[in-house]
Parts: sequence; structure tokens; C-alpha cells
Amino acid sequence: MQLETLVEKFKQKDEKAFESLYNMYRDSMQGVIYNIVRDNDIAEEVMQDVFIKAWHNASTYSSQKGRFFTWILNIARNAAIDKTRSKAFKKSKQNLDSDFFVDILETSESLDNSTDAIGIKKFVGKLAEKCKAVIELIYFKGYTQLEASKKLDMPIGTIKTRNRNCIKELRNLVLN
Amino acid sequence: MDIKAYIESGILELYVAGVLSEKENKEVYELMLQHSEILQEVLDIESSIVKLTASVSQKTSGVDTFQAIKNQLGFNDNDTKVISIAQPKSNWLTYTGWAASIVLAAGLLWTLNKNNTLKSDIQVAETQQELLETQIENSKSSLEEANTLITVLRDDNITKIPLAGQGNFASTYAKVYWDKTSQRIFLDAQGLPEPPEGKVYQVWSLKLSPLTPTSLGTIDSFTTDANKIFEIENANESEAFGITLEPAGGSETPTMEQLYTLGVVSVS
Repeated sequence: MQLETLVEKFKQKDEKAFESLYNMYRDSMQGVIYNIVRDNDIAEEVMQDVFIKAWHNASTYSSQKGRFFTWILNIARNAAIDKTRSKAFKKSKQNLDSDFFVDILETSESLDNSTDAIGIKKFVGKLAEKCKAVIELIYFKGYTQLEASKKLDMPIGTIKTRNRNCIKELRNLVLN
Repeated sequence: MDIKAYIESGILELYVAGVLSEKENKEVYELMLQHSEILQEVLDIESSIVKLTASVSQKTSGVDTFQAIKNQLGFNDNDTKVISIAQPKSNWLTYTGWAASIVLAAGLLWTLNKNNTLKSDIQVAETQQELLETQIENSKSSLEEANTLITVLRDDNITKIPLAGQGNFASTYAKVYWDKTSQRIFLDAQGLPEPPEGKVYQVWSLKLSPLTPTSLGTIDSFTTDANKIFEIENANESEAFGITLEPAGGSETPTMEQLYTLGVVSVS
């Protein structure tokens, strides 16, 4: 089924469409959430919250405002970040390290040996530190250009083009 | 508008990341609808980001997150849950049920078959019994006839008249035992051939002067009678006995061309 059709049905609270979309994006969302909370049980909890929230707010989504993936990615990032700000989380995760997603990729034991995962590992290994940082902030953390340029101490235009070049490399690796 | 330059600016990557302003988002959306290259570019960027982020997933196995989500949302999928639990049980029941019914069916068939065999056995036995009873009955009546015959033979009052073959039928013969007191004769027709189809033997009592035949009746049971001894009423003052072959039903007067045997009562 076309993505547009699925999304349209999902907006009309079609449970099957919802499940299909869940299956399409669950791994991606899990990756984003885990990268922020760094705990499987908490990530699981946030995952549930994200999709429940998506279901309840299905009618508010509009393709004019952005991609469906982008919409659910925003919900996931915000939910995960909210979680890290909760008192209970701060207590248990005093020493939450500030590693980038690449550290997870390099140390993860559960990462399967699918072609995609291997390809991404290779790509990540070759990535310059600047690429890792930009991708981490823009996609995993949801930083705006301005926030990223401040964080990385870079001109705003450089962030945009660097990000473009980094994603180009990623695409060559995972899509071709 | 320079599409290529627009794509190369890197705005689409930021669009997918969801970090553009509402105004920029709307602009990109409208350009996507107008230019398929832009749409394709967005799809490719999205697809690569989905793969990259998914690769970080810890893939928590053993936890059915979606089931938990459905439960929390109160989706009515109790059916699937019930089935997944009840499936093995119902399978076991189904198999056992089928096995039991097959055994039962086989048993019923065997019983039915056995019953039919026994029924036909009984039928055979009954037929045999009937046959034997008939044989006994036949023997009994044969014995009775034989006994009667013996009595007749031993009786002094009985006149024995041999009937000799006549004309073309010289080789035939018969005997009449006449019990005058009981006014009956016993005809021993052993020496007569089987009558042809549609013909019967007719027995005649004769007065000789003038020659007057009186019919004593036809022998309708000639073929079926084993002893060929027939008891016939005879109240006449007979002087001779004759047997002719007549059409079925008999005739008023004897057909002399078909006179088989004839015998005169000897005057004692």
C-alpha cells in the first residue's frame, strides 16, 4: 500500500494502517529513543508512549506541515528528551554519558549482521567527526541549524551544506 | 527556479529532520508537488535516515511493544490473544476428536458388516431348514403312501388288474388295485411315459357289453408324483380299465387312437 494511503487511513483511526506504520518506523524510533535515554526498559516505555500519543493525535497530522516520518520522529525525540528531564530519570542516570549514536553502533552487541547494519557501520567508521556530530544533533537530537551552529561553533550555512554532504555519503552507502 | 541548486542547498535534509520553520515546511511541500525530482530527493533522504536510525535500535527481542500499545489503546483484539493461547489445546482436541471418530466409524462399519453377514447366515440356515422340513414331509407322505400300498397289497378283497400296452403303445403298462369295499382304485402308472405338453392321462372304467366308458378323471399330478401311484374314487361296477392320452382337462369320451393301456377285470 502507498505510504500516502496508509497515512490517510491512519488519520481516520484505521488500526491496520497504524500497525503497518508502526512496523515501518519502530526500529528507527527505537534507535532515536535509545540514543537519547540509553536504557532498554525506558526506551521501551517511551516507545509505547510515542505511538499511543501518535494514535491520539492522528487527526492533527497534516502532510503540508511535513513528512509523516518527520512528524513521528519529532514526537519520539521530544518524548525521549522529556524523559531525560524527569526527576526519576535524573536520579537513576546521574552519569549519563554524552556519547554520540556512533558509540552505540560500535559497541552494540545486539546489532544484527544484516547488510544495512554492516554498511552503516562501515560508513560510520569512515565518517569524519564533524559528520557524526552534525547527524547526531540534527537527526537524533532535533537541533535547529542555529542551535547546531552554536553547539559546534560553526557558521549556520556550513551546517546546512555539511549536513547535505554527509547525508549524500550515507545515501550512497545504504540506498545503492 | 533552479531546482538543482535548491536541492543542493541542503534544505531538504533539514526538512526531513524536521528542523525547518512552518513557513519553510509549507514551501518545500508545495515544491515537492510541482517537481518530482524534489519529491524523489526527499524520499531518498528519508529512507536513508530511517535506515541509519534503525541501525541504532537495540531491537529488544521478546517484548511485544505493539501488543502493549494495542492493550493500552483498548484495541479489540482479544480474539488473537485467545486463539494464541487456546490454539494448541484446540489442536489437541481436534486431533483426538478426529481419531476417535475414525475409530468409531470403523467400529460401526465392522459391526454393520458383521450384522449383515450374520443375517445372511441366518437366511441360509432358514432355507436349509425349510428344505429339510420339506424333505421330511415328502418322506412322510411317501411312507404313508407306501404303507397304504402295502395294506392294499396284503388285502384279500383287493382285485389286481394288470393293464397291457395297446397298439403303438405296446411297451407301456399299468396296474390297477381295486378296493371294491372302499370303492376306490389305486393306479400304478409307473409304466407310462411322461405325457407331452398340453396332454393328460385320463382313466376310464369300462362296461364291455355294450362298451360303455365312464371317466374316472384325469391324472393331473402325473409329472409331479414320485411314486406314480394314484388313488381314484370308483363306485362303478367296472369290467375293464383303460388309460388314454387326452387334451388337458380331459374328454367326454376316450380317444381310442390314444389308448395306451387296457385291462379286463378277471371274473373270479
